[in-house]
Amino acid sequence: MLLTDQQVNPHKWVENYADYLYAYAITRIRDEEMARDLVQETFLAALERVDKFEGKSSERTWLTAILKNKIIDTYRKKSQGIVDNDIEKAEREQQDFFEEDGHWSPHRRPSAFGVDEHDPLHNKEFNRVLQQCMQKLPALWLAVFTMKHLDDEPTDAICTELKVSSANFWVIIHRTKLNLRACLQKNWI
Amino acid sequence: MSELKKIQYNCRKATFLIEKRMIDKITFREAIELRIHLAGCSVCKLFDQQSQLINKMVRQLFAPANATGIKLDDTYKQQLHDRIEEEINKS
Repeated sequence: MLLTDQQVNPHKWVENYADYLYAYAITRIRDEEMARDLVQETFLAALERVDKFEGKSSERTWLTAILKNKIIDTYRKKSQGIVDNDIEKAEREQQDFFEEDGHWSPHRRPSAFGVDEHDPLHNKEFNRVLQQCMQKLPALWLAVFTMKHLDDEPTDAICTELKVSSANFWVIIHRTKLNLRACLQKNWI
Repeated sequence: MSELKKIQYNCRKATFLIEKRMIDKITFREAIELRIHLAGCSVCKLFDQQSQLINKMVRQLFAPANATGIKLDDTYKQQLHDRIEEEINKS
């Protein structure tokens, strides 16, 4: 294999990017084994098309783009199967956030987090709870949420890639936050 | 019920608009409605603050620079490296 292009050096990939790519994957798919596999698949797929690397972006950006597509594939697969149950359950839970007339249900009404709001960003424990709460979300919701809030993907791109309608997109965004917020309040003492 | 009353009392819609506003534009009318609602609803005002805080924290938590605590184990990395070398030599 010709590896004359100085911008690509697969011999150094693992050393330079494995941790980064793994961290990227694990935060988005919450499954260690799957995240590892995806990192491997990313490197192997990249090797196959190493001659197509044009050097327009950095090596890392290029590898991340390949990984990202693989992650979206797993979202798609997941959202076709078991997730339906997840979503139904979460929808049932969320129905009782509000009364018929749109008022907060008395027992679901937000109250202040027991955390100093000026310094929560440095609060490890709070971050841990946040992570756990994110893991509890249905896979499709987590996918929508991370693609929007972490990756700043355009809304229509998310809808196309995950095959959700625009109306459903907004419903998911709304419900995800209601659930996440409620989970934080419940688990944060 | 008047239109004004409807939004004044509808926390479901207000929280929906709060979320939408953080991502996209809401219409002028929606913005006015939301402002009216928030002026009279301290619970949704709190929701708004907490929701923004959550977004900020999520970003911070998963920002690349901060994810450095997460690492692949070395054995797996070695295997991965060997596998790549093997593929390179194959072709």
